Amino acid sequence: MSRKMIVEVWVGLFTVLAFVALLMVAFKVSNFQGVQKETYQIKAAFSNIGGLKVRAPVKISGVIVGKVIDIEVDKETYQAIVVMAINSDLNHLSLDTSASILTSGMLGDQYIGIDPGADEEYLQDGDYLDIVQPALVLEELIGKFLTNLSGE
Amino acid sequence: MQMPVNFLANIGSLVIGLLQSIGKALFFMTSIIIVMPYAIKRFNLLLKQIYFLGVLSLPIILTAGFFVGMVLSLQGYLVLVDFNSEEAVGSMTALSLIRELGPVVTGLLFAGRAGSALTAEIGLMRSTEQISALEMMAVDPNKFVYAPRLAASIIVLPMLSMIFVAVGIIGSYLISVGWLGVYDGFFWTQMQTHVDWNNDVINGIIKSIFFAVLVALVSLFQGVNAIPTSEGVSRATTKTVVHSSLGILGLDFLLTVLMF
Repeated sequence: MSRKMIVEVWVGLFTVLAFVALLMVAFKVSNFQGVQKETYQIKAAFSNIGGLKVRAPVKISGVIVGKVIDIEVDKETYQAIVVMAINSDLNHLSLDTSASILTSGMLGDQYIGIDPGADEEYLQDGDYLDIVQPALVLEELIGKFLTNLSGE
Repeated sequence: MQMPVNFLANIGSLVIGLLQSIGKALFFMTSIIIVMPYAIKRFNLLLKQIYFLGVLSLPIILTAGFFVGMVLSLQGYLVLVDFNSEEAVGSMTALSLIRELGPVVTGLLFAGRAGSALTAEIGLMRSTEQISALEMMAVDPNKFVYAPRLAASIIVLPMLSMIFVAVGIIGSYLISVGWLGVYDGFFWTQMQTHVDWNNDVINGIIKSIFFAVLVALVSLFQGVNAIPTSEGVSRATTKTVVHSSLGILGLDFLLTVLMF
Protein backbone atom coordinates (compact mmCIF):
# COMPACT_ATOMS: atom_id res chain seq x y z
CA MET A 1 0.00 0.00 0.00
CA SER A 2 1.31 3.42 -0.89
CA ARG A 3 1.67 6.07 1.75
CA LYS A 4 -1.19 8.07 0.28
CA MET A 5 -3.47 5.06 0.51
CA ILE A 6 -2.60 4.57 4.17
CA VAL A 7 -3.51 8.18 4.93
CA GLU A 8 -6.81 7.80 3.10
CA VAL A 9 -7.69 4.55 4.85
CA TRP A 10 -6.98 6.04 8.26
CA VAL A 11 -8.97 9.19 7.54
CA GLY A 12 -11.83 7.02 6.31
CA LEU A 13 -11.69 4.92 9.46
CA PHE A 14 -11.60 8.07 11.59
CA THR A 15 -14.66 9.48 9.82
CA VAL A 16 -16.58 6.22 10.28
CA LEU A 17 -15.63 6.15 13.96
CA ALA A 18 -16.84 9.73 14.47
CA PHE A 19 -20.08 8.91 12.66
CA VAL A 20 -20.67 5.82 14.79
CA ALA A 21 -20.06 7.96 17.90
CA LEU A 22 -22.57 10.53 16.68
CA LEU A 23 -25.17 7.83 16.01
CA MET A 24 -24.62 6.34 19.44
CA VAL A 25 -25.04 9.73 21.13
CA ALA A 26 -28.11 10.43 18.99
CA PHE A 27 -30.03 7.20 19.47
CA LYS A 28 -28.70 5.62 22.63
CA VAL A 29 -27.95 8.67 24.78
CA SER A 30 -30.19 11.56 23.74
CA ASN A 31 -33.84 11.84 22.82
CA PHE A 32 -33.13 12.43 19.13
CA GLN A 33 -36.09 11.78 16.83
CA GLY A 34 -35.28 11.98 13.14
CA VAL A 35 -38.74 13.09 12.15
CA GLN A 36 -40.46 15.33 14.63
CA LYS A 37 -43.80 13.83 15.59
CA GLU A 38 -46.84 15.90 14.65
CA THR A 39 -48.40 17.53 17.66
CA TYR A 40 -51.28 19.78 18.61
CA GLN A 41 -51.40 22.20 21.51
CA ILE A 42 -53.68 22.30 24.49
CA LYS A 43 -53.48 24.77 27.35
CA ALA A 44 -54.31 24.71 31.02
CA ALA A 45 -54.37 27.45 33.66
CA PHE A 46 -52.97 26.45 37.03
CA SER A 47 -53.00 28.44 40.27
CA ASN A 48 -49.61 26.96 41.15
CA ILE A 49 -47.28 24.89 39.02
CA GLY A 50 -44.73 24.10 41.75
CA GLY A 51 -41.48 23.07 40.12
CA LEU A 52 -42.85 22.27 36.66
CA LYS A 53 -40.46 23.19 33.86
CA VAL A 54 -40.58 23.56 30.11
CA ARG A 55 -39.89 20.17 28.42
CA ALA A 56 -41.48 18.29 31.33
CA PRO A 57 -43.39 15.22 30.11
CA VAL A 58 -47.17 15.01 29.77
CA LYS A 59 -48.51 11.58 30.65
CA ILE A 60 -51.73 9.61 30.32
CA SER A 61 -51.83 6.61 32.66
CA GLY A 62 -48.10 7.02 33.08
CA VAL A 63 -47.31 6.87 29.36
CA ILE A 64 -45.58 9.92 27.89
CA VAL A 65 -47.83 11.43 25.22
CA GLY A 66 -46.37 14.93 24.89
CA LYS A 67 -44.42 17.63 26.60
CA VAL A 68 -44.74 21.11 28.10
CA ILE A 69 -43.55 23.65 25.56
CA ASP A 70 -44.31 26.95 27.24
CA ILE A 71 -45.15 28.34 30.69
CA GLU A 72 -46.18 31.93 31.27
CA VAL A 73 -48.25 34.04 33.63
CA ASP A 74 -51.63 35.34 32.47
CA LYS A 75 -51.56 39.12 32.78
CA GLU A 76 -55.16 39.40 34.05
CA THR A 77 -55.81 36.38 36.25
CA TYR A 78 -52.18 35.91 37.35
CA GLN A 79 -52.53 32.21 36.78
CA ALA A 80 -49.84 30.11 35.16
CA ILE A 81 -50.73 29.19 31.58
CA VAL A 82 -49.06 25.90 30.64
CA VAL A 83 -48.98 25.06 26.93
CA MET A 84 -48.62 21.37 26.13
CA ALA A 85 -47.83 19.71 22.81
CA ILE A 86 -49.71 16.42 22.53
CA ASN A 87 -48.93 13.79 19.88
CA SER A 88 -51.43 14.05 17.05
CA ASP A 89 -52.34 10.36 17.11
CA LEU A 90 -54.09 11.09 20.43
CA ASN A 91 -56.61 13.53 18.98
CA HIS A 92 -59.64 12.00 20.66
CA LEU A 93 -59.29 13.59 24.08
CA SER A 94 -62.72 14.59 25.36
CA LEU A 95 -63.53 18.18 26.34
CA ASP A 96 -63.77 17.33 30.05
CA THR A 97 -60.25 15.98 30.24
CA SER A 98 -58.52 17.03 33.45
CA ALA A 99 -54.90 17.89 34.09
CA SER A 100 -52.95 17.71 37.31
CA ILE A 101 -49.34 18.40 38.21
CA LEU A 102 -47.78 15.33 39.75
CA THR A 103 -44.36 14.34 41.02
CA SER A 104 -42.54 11.19 40.01
CA GLY A 105 -41.22 9.65 43.21
CA MET A 106 -40.71 11.52 46.44
CA LEU A 107 -38.22 14.08 45.18
CA GLY A 108 -38.45 13.44 41.46
CA ASP A 109 -39.22 15.78 38.60
CA GLN A 110 -42.71 17.12 38.14
CA TYR A 111 -44.88 16.22 35.18
CA ILE A 112 -48.45 16.76 34.00
CA GLY A 113 -50.82 13.85 34.22
CA ILE A 114 -53.97 14.14 32.12
CA ASP A 115 -57.10 12.08 32.70
CA PRO A 116 -59.44 11.71 29.73
CA GLY A 117 -63.12 12.33 30.53
CA ALA A 118 -66.30 11.02 28.96
CA ASP A 119 -67.53 13.95 26.89
CA GLU A 120 -68.62 13.29 23.30
CA GLU A 121 -66.77 16.30 21.94
CA TYR A 122 -63.03 16.39 21.47
CA LEU A 123 -60.35 18.94 22.31
CA GLN A 124 -59.11 21.00 19.39
CA ASP A 125 -55.75 22.69 18.86
CA GLY A 126 -55.40 25.61 21.31
CA ASP A 127 -58.25 24.60 23.62
CA TYR A 128 -58.09 25.13 27.38
CA LEU A 129 -58.54 22.33 29.87
CA ASP A 130 -61.17 23.35 32.43
CA ILE A 131 -60.57 20.85 35.18
CA VAL A 132 -57.13 21.32 36.66
CA GLN A 133 -55.40 20.42 39.87
CA PRO A 134 -52.40 22.55 40.86
CA ALA A 135 -49.14 21.22 42.22
CA LEU A 136 -49.02 20.23 45.84
CA VAL A 137 -46.64 22.53 47.68
CA LEU A 138 -45.12 20.93 50.71
CA GLU A 139 -45.20 24.10 52.83
CA GLU A 140 -48.92 24.61 52.19
CA LEU A 141 -49.64 20.98 53.10
CA ILE A 142 -47.74 21.32 56.35
CA GLY A 143 -49.51 24.62 57.02
CA LYS A 144 -52.93 23.01 56.54
CA PHE A 145 -51.95 20.08 58.69
CA LEU A 146 -50.84 22.40 61.48
CA THR A 147 -54.04 24.48 61.41
CA ASN A 148 -56.12 21.30 61.45
CA LEU A 149 -54.10 20.06 64.38
CA SER A 150 -54.59 23.25 66.39
CA GLY A 151 -58.32 23.29 65.59
CA GLU A 152 -58.96 20.00 67.31
CA MET B 1 11.88 65.32 34.80
CA GLN B 2 13.47 62.37 33.07
CA MET B 3 11.76 59.74 35.26
CA PRO B 4 8.04 60.46 34.61
CA VAL B 5 8.66 60.88 30.90
CA ASN B 6 10.38 57.52 30.71
CA PHE B 7 7.55 55.95 32.69
CA LEU B 8 4.93 57.33 30.31
CA ALA B 9 7.00 56.21 27.33
CA ASN B 10 7.11 52.68 28.75
CA ILE B 11 3.33 52.55 29.11
CA GLY B 12 2.92 53.99 25.64
CA SER B 13 5.20 51.45 23.99
CA LEU B 14 3.43 48.63 25.85
CA VAL B 15 -0.01 49.75 24.61
CA ILE B 16 1.25 50.30 21.06
CA GLY B 17 2.82 46.83 21.07
CA LEU B 18 -0.40 45.28 22.35
CA LEU B 19 -2.54 47.02 19.74
CA GLN B 20 -0.06 46.06 17.02
CA SER B 21 -0.18 42.39 17.93
CA ILE B 22 -4.01 42.43 18.11
CA GLY B 23 -4.11 44.08 14.72
CA LYS B 24 -1.63 41.60 13.32
CA ALA B 25 -3.65 38.67 14.69
CA LEU B 26 -6.92 39.99 13.24
CA PHE B 27 -5.28 40.71 9.90
CA PHE B 28 -3.79 37.22 9.82
CA MET B 29 -7.17 35.69 10.74
CA THR B 30 -9.09 37.45 7.98
CA SER B 31 -6.40 36.72 5.39
CA ILE B 32 -6.76 32.99 6.11
CA ILE B 33 -10.55 32.98 6.33
CA ILE B 34 -10.85 34.72 2.96
CA VAL B 35 -8.95 31.90 1.23
CA MET B 36 -10.77 29.08 3.06
CA PRO B 37 -12.48 27.83 -0.13
CA TYR B 38 -9.04 26.86 -1.49
CA ALA B 39 -8.65 24.44 1.39
CA ILE B 40 -11.64 22.48 0.17
CA LYS B 41 -10.55 22.74 -3.46
CA ARG B 42 -7.15 21.27 -2.62
CA PHE B 43 -8.65 18.15 -1.10
CA ASN B 44 -5.36 16.25 -0.88
CA LEU B 45 -3.77 18.85 1.36
CA LEU B 46 -6.87 18.84 3.56
CA LEU B 47 -6.86 15.05 3.79
CA LYS B 48 -3.24 15.03 4.87
CA GLN B 49 -3.97 17.58 7.62
CA ILE B 50 -7.01 15.61 8.81
CA TYR B 51 -4.67 12.65 9.13
CA PHE B 52 -2.05 14.62 11.06
CA LEU B 53 -4.42 16.53 13.32
CA GLY B 54 -7.24 14.03 13.71
CA VAL B 55 -6.12 10.47 13.26
CA LEU B 56 -2.87 10.94 15.16
CA SER B 57 -4.79 12.54 18.06
CA LEU B 58 -7.10 9.53 18.32
CA PRO B 59 -5.09 7.44 20.84
CA ILE B 60 -4.91 10.22 23.42
CA ILE B 61 -8.58 11.15 22.91
CA LEU B 62 -9.73 7.54 23.26
CA THR B 63 -7.74 6.90 26.42
CA ALA B 64 -8.65 10.21 28.01
CA GLY B 65 -12.35 9.81 27.17
CA PHE B 66 -12.49 6.31 28.57
CA PHE B 67 -10.85 7.26 31.85
CA VAL B 68 -12.79 10.51 32.28
CA GLY B 69 -16.05 8.58 31.81
CA MET B 70 -15.02 5.92 34.31
CA VAL B 71 -13.87 8.39 36.97
CA LEU B 72 -16.97 10.54 36.57
CA SER B 73 -19.33 7.64 37.12
CA LEU B 74 -17.29 6.29 40.01
CA GLN B 75 -17.38 9.65 41.80
CA GLY B 76 -21.00 10.33 40.84
CA TYR B 77 -22.05 6.93 42.16
CA LEU B 78 -20.44 7.54 45.55
CA VAL B 79 -22.52 10.70 46.01
CA LEU B 80 -25.75 9.49 44.41
CA VAL B 81 -25.89 6.22 46.33
CA ASP B 82 -26.47 8.25 49.52
CA PHE B 83 -29.71 9.55 48.00
CA ASN B 84 -30.79 6.15 46.69
CA SER B 85 -30.70 7.47 43.15
CA GLU B 86 -27.69 5.70 41.71
CA GLU B 87 -29.56 5.21 38.39
CA ALA B 88 -28.98 8.93 37.76
CA VAL B 89 -25.27 8.24 37.36
CA GLY B 90 -25.79 7.62 33.64
CA SER B 91 -27.56 10.88 32.94
CA MET B 92 -25.14 12.81 35.11
CA THR B 93 -22.10 11.42 33.30
CA ALA B 94 -23.68 11.88 29.88
CA LEU B 95 -24.74 15.45 30.56
CA SER B 96 -21.39 16.55 31.93
CA LEU B 97 -19.56 14.84 29.07
CA ILE B 98 -21.77 16.23 26.33
CA ARG B 99 -22.12 19.77 27.63
CA GLU B 100 -18.72 20.52 29.13
CA LEU B 101 -16.06 17.87 29.39
CA GLY B 102 -16.34 16.53 25.85
CA PRO B 103 -15.65 19.82 24.03
CA VAL B 104 -13.36 21.31 26.70
CA VAL B 105 -11.09 18.36 27.47
CA THR B 106 -10.90 17.45 23.78
CA GLY B 107 -10.01 21.06 23.02
CA LEU B 108 -7.29 21.12 25.69
CA LEU B 109 -5.82 17.83 24.51
CA PHE B 110 -6.04 19.00 20.91
CA ALA B 111 -4.17 22.19 21.83
CA GLY B 112 -1.47 20.14 23.50
CA ARG B 113 -1.23 17.41 20.92
CA ALA B 114 -2.02 19.11 17.59
CA GLY B 115 -1.77 22.85 18.25
CA SER B 116 1.81 22.61 19.54
CA ALA B 117 2.75 20.44 16.55
CA LEU B 118 1.24 23.02 14.19
CA THR B 119 3.22 25.86 15.77
CA ALA B 120 6.48 23.91 15.73
CA GLU B 121 5.92 22.88 12.11
CA ILE B 122 5.13 26.38 10.87
CA GLY B 123 7.91 27.90 13.00
CA LEU B 124 10.46 25.48 11.56
CA MET B 125 9.16 26.04 8.05
CA ARG B 126 9.83 29.70 8.60
CA SER B 127 13.23 29.26 10.21
CA THR B 128 14.34 27.03 7.33
CA GLU B 129 12.87 29.63 4.96
CA GLN B 130 10.40 27.24 3.34
CA ILE B 131 7.66 29.84 3.61
CA SER B 132 9.85 32.42 1.88
CA ALA B 133 10.60 29.83 -0.81
CA LEU B 134 6.88 29.31 -1.39
CA GLU B 135 6.38 33.07 -1.64
CA MET B 136 9.29 33.28 -4.10
CA MET B 137 7.48 30.77 -6.31
CA ALA B 138 4.33 32.90 -6.07
CA VAL B 139 2.62 30.22 -4.01
CA ASP B 140 0.44 31.88 -1.39
CA PRO B 141 1.15 30.20 1.99
CA ASN B 142 -2.27 31.39 3.17
CA LYS B 143 -3.91 29.18 0.59
CA PHE B 144 -1.65 26.16 0.66
CA VAL B 145 -0.24 26.03 4.18
CA TYR B 146 -2.51 27.83 6.64
CA ALA B 147 -6.03 27.43 5.23
CA PRO B 148 -5.93 23.60 4.99
CA ARG B 149 -4.74 23.42 8.59
CA LEU B 150 -7.52 25.70 9.85
CA ALA B 151 -10.15 23.81 7.84
CA ALA B 152 -8.86 20.43 9.04
CA SER B 153 -9.03 21.60 12.67
CA ILE B 154 -12.62 22.75 12.25
CA ILE B 155 -13.56 19.40 10.72
CA VAL B 156 -11.58 17.26 13.12
CA LEU B 157 -12.25 18.70 16.57
CA PRO B 158 -16.05 18.15 16.63
CA MET B 159 -15.44 14.59 15.46
CA LEU B 160 -12.85 13.99 18.17
CA SER B 161 -15.17 15.49 20.75
CA MET B 162 -18.01 13.18 19.66
CA ILE B 163 -15.69 10.18 19.90
CA PHE B 164 -14.56 11.35 23.34
CA VAL B 165 -18.17 11.55 24.53
CA ALA B 166 -19.11 8.14 23.15
CA VAL B 167 -16.06 6.43 24.60
CA GLY B 168 -16.62 8.18 27.93
CA ILE B 169 -20.19 6.91 28.09
CA ILE B 170 -19.01 3.39 27.27
CA GLY B 171 -16.49 3.68 30.11
CA SER B 172 -19.19 4.93 32.43
CA TYR B 173 -21.45 2.03 31.40
CA LEU B 174 -18.72 -0.51 32.14
CA ILE B 175 -18.08 0.96 35.58
CA SER B 176 -21.61 1.65 36.75
CA VAL B 177 -23.43 -1.32 35.23
CA GLY B 178 -20.62 -3.85 35.11
CA TRP B 179 -18.96 -3.14 38.40
CA LEU B 180 -21.18 -1.04 40.67
CA GLY B 181 -24.37 -2.92 39.76
CA VAL B 182 -26.62 -0.12 38.48
CA TYR B 183 -29.55 -1.63 36.56
CA ASP B 184 -28.71 -1.09 32.91
CA GLY B 185 -32.27 -0.36 31.77
CA PHE B 186 -32.48 2.58 34.17
CA PHE B 187 -28.98 3.66 33.17
CA TRP B 188 -29.99 4.20 29.53
CA THR B 189 -33.55 5.45 30.03
CA GLN B 190 -32.49 8.05 32.62
CA MET B 191 -29.91 9.22 30.11
CA GLN B 192 -32.45 9.50 27.32
CA THR B 193 -34.94 11.45 29.40
CA HIS B 194 -32.36 13.99 30.54
CA VAL B 195 -30.15 14.48 27.48
CA ASP B 196 -31.78 16.61 24.82
CA TRP B 197 -30.59 16.45 21.24
CA ASN B 198 -31.04 20.12 20.35
CA ASN B 199 -30.13 21.72 23.65
CA ASP B 200 -27.27 19.52 24.76
CA VAL B 201 -25.71 17.62 21.87
CA ILE B 202 -25.91 20.35 19.22
CA ASN B 203 -24.64 22.97 21.66
CA GLY B 204 -21.70 20.74 22.56
CA ILE B 205 -20.81 20.42 18.88
CA ILE B 206 -21.06 24.19 18.39
CA LYS B 207 -18.72 24.67 21.36
CA SER B 208 -16.10 22.39 19.87
CA ILE B 209 -16.26 24.26 16.54
CA PHE B 210 -15.48 27.51 18.38
CA PHE B 211 -12.58 25.82 20.18
CA ALA B 212 -11.23 24.45 16.90
CA VAL B 213 -11.11 27.91 15.34
CA LEU B 214 -9.45 29.30 18.46
CA VAL B 215 -6.76 26.61 18.75
CA ALA B 216 -5.95 26.61 15.04
CA LEU B 217 -5.69 30.39 14.78
CA VAL B 218 -3.57 30.71 17.93
CA SER B 219 -1.16 27.97 16.87
CA LEU B 220 -0.82 29.22 13.27
CA PHE B 221 -0.33 32.80 14.46
CA GLN B 222 2.31 31.77 16.99
CA GLY B 223 4.08 29.67 14.37
CA VAL B 224 4.15 32.49 11.83
CA ASN B 225 5.34 35.04 14.37
CA ALA B 226 7.90 32.81 16.09
CA ILE B 227 11.46 34.12 16.15
CA PRO B 228 13.09 31.78 13.61
CA THR B 229 15.57 30.19 15.97
CA SER B 230 15.28 26.95 17.92
CA GLU B 231 14.70 28.90 21.12
CA GLY B 232 12.08 31.11 19.47
CA VAL B 233 10.18 28.10 18.12
CA SER B 234 10.18 26.38 21.50
CA ARG B 235 8.91 29.55 23.15
CA ALA B 236 6.17 29.92 20.53
CA THR B 237 5.09 26.31 21.10
CA THR B 238 4.77 26.93 24.83
CA LYS B 239 2.80 30.09 24.15
CA THR B 240 0.42 28.20 21.86
CA VAL B 241 -0.46 25.65 24.52
CA VAL B 242 -0.84 28.22 27.29
CA HIS B 243 -2.82 30.76 25.26
CA SER B 244 -5.16 28.30 23.60
CA SER B 245 -5.81 26.39 26.85
CA LEU B 246 -6.67 29.59 28.71
CA GLY B 247 -8.67 30.75 25.70
CA ILE B 248 -10.68 27.53 25.66
CA LEU B 249 -11.51 27.79 29.36
CA GLY B 250 -12.57 31.43 29.07
CA LEU B 251 -14.54 30.90 25.88
CA ASP B 252 -16.23 27.87 27.41
CA PHE B 253 -17.50 29.93 30.33
CA LEU B 254 -18.84 32.54 27.92
CA LEU B 255 -20.53 29.96 25.69
CA THR B 256 -22.04 28.13 28.66
CA VAL B 257 -23.54 31.37 29.94
CA LEU B 258 -25.02 32.06 26.51
CA MET B 259 -26.26 28.52 25.81
CA PHE B 260 -27.69 27.01 28.98
